[in-house]
Amino acid sequence: MTDPADAVAVAVEEAVRRERLALVATLVRVTRDFDLAEDCVQDAAERALARWPEDGIPDNPAAWLSVAARRRALDVLKRRRVEHEKLEQVLTMTDPVDRDPTAVGTPGPYDDDRLRLLFACCHPALPLAGRVALTLKVVTGLSTREIARAFLVSEATMSQRLLRAKGKIEHAGIALRVPPADQLEDRIDAVLAVVYLLFSEGYSATEGEPLRDALAQEAISLGEVLVALMPHDDEARSLLALMLLQHSRRAARFVDGDLVPIDEQDRERWDRASIDAGLRMLASVGSGEPGSYRLQAVIAALHATAPSAAATDWVRIVRAYDALLALRGDDPVIELNRLVAVSFRDGPETALASLPALDEALPGYPLLPAVRADLLRRAGRSAEAAIDYREAIHVARTDAERRFLARRLAEVGGD
Amino acid sequence: MRYAMFICMDPEASEADHAAAPPIEGWFDHAIAKGEYLQGIRLQSKDDATTVRVRDGKVLITDGPFTESREWIAGVAILECADLDEAIEQALRHNMAYEGRLEIRPIHSMGGPEDP
Repeated sequence: MTDPADAVAVAVEEAVRRERLALVATLVRVTRDFDLAEDCVQDAAERALARWPEDGIPDNPAAWLSVAARRRALDVLKRRRVEHEKLEQVLTMTDPVDRDPTAVGTPGPYDDDRLRLLFACCHPALPLAGRVALTLKVVTGLSTREIARAFLVSEATMSQRLLRAKGKIEHAGIALRVPPADQLEDRIDAVLAVVYLLFSEGYSATEGEPLRDALAQEAISLGEVLVALMPHDDEARSLLALMLLQHSRRAARFVDGDLVPIDEQDRERWDRASIDAGLRMLASVGSGEPGSYRLQAVIAALHATAPSAAATDWVRIVRAYDALLALRGDDPVIELNRLVAVSFRDGPETALASLPALDEALPGYPLLPAVRADLLRRAGRSAEAAIDYREAIHVARTDAERRFLARRLAEVGGD
Repeated sequence: MRYAMFICMDPEASEADHAAAPPIEGWFDHAIAKGEYLQGIRLQSKDDATTVRVRDGKVLITDGPFTESREWIAGVAILECADLDEAIEQALRHNMAYEGRLEIRPIHSMGGPEDP
């Protein structure tokens, strides 16, 4: 690390990482061209790598990158013979030096290029898969090929998905703006939903999938940006808390590539720093009517602070699920999670009694046979459990899940 | 930007949906006052529709609208809005957002970018 070239590379990477979203956001606002904006930021990073070793790392790397990116935009636009007015706009683009990170709320709440860009990328008028992919693209600058790999689709599919999302933003007049007041709450929810999807996509990754693993970390970073930009939004805070708390279990969820359920995880391997950060974030949430992310974060916090599965406060967890169900209407997936909590509070037989109703509500839901098999196993009904484990293995979505279920099947005497 | 807002009938809408719908007069007043309403067309019932096409040189004339779905287009409003969010805001004030459904489509500007 004493090598000056390394130090420069680290400085460039850090500065680009920190400033990328703001740079892309302002360039997209001015040029209305996602590809150009991304290209300019990329170009600025390359220039920094070439110049900084000689000129030294600038005092204000953000401003340096902004000037370089703007210069590139001007060059490209001039070559394209773009009208004078747009060139003027690029020249007068707000410099990040002038951007006070604490000044959110002036002139209007949520008035920040980064947030405007996220509102556009997460617009409900775009297909959901396109929202998630485009958000990841503008936030990280990953290549289309890398994003395709992270989402386990072909590069052609991902390229089409991104193209279509960018195309609709342009053609349908999806503006980079703060939504009208009566749509604002729903639109903030839409942004949070995309961030949580990004996180879940990464969280479901097994070990040894670094690209997917990185998604969860990117989602957390984006969650931090959202909290900074919307400091009064309790759901943004709650979502960040939820992600930090879930992410803390990352290292314990897999052992040698095999899935470990929460009640069997080695709690020593939970990331204390991440738990503490999550708990602090959750504690900073206002005392108003809890939203859906807050309730989920409360559940995650109860798990994170329990010394063991047996010593978990299942009464409060079931209560939080009840509140979640009241808030979100009858969501069968939440019902299923609630049922698992009930099985730990009241025993597996009680939970099994309420399963048939869920069976009807969730036909073909892949986790249902796995949950039923587990309840039967815990109730000591091995033969019945084996039938459901076989069914669960049949519908499992990942190899890790299949291996885990096969192990359980062996435990109950099946094979 | 100019948008066409297709107004579709939806037989699935419930009594409560109809009851929750704001009166249409307020919609016109607001849209006109904002300068976002350019034109509107209200159509006769789908029972009066005739579909025409030519295939392999043969003229086919059939009774009814071109879609088989139970929803059918009852009218079109042409809006001039700054962006999609403004158009959505107009749609949300329309009684047919409650009693039916609204489809917002940008109008192709001839000579502008090709439609995707």
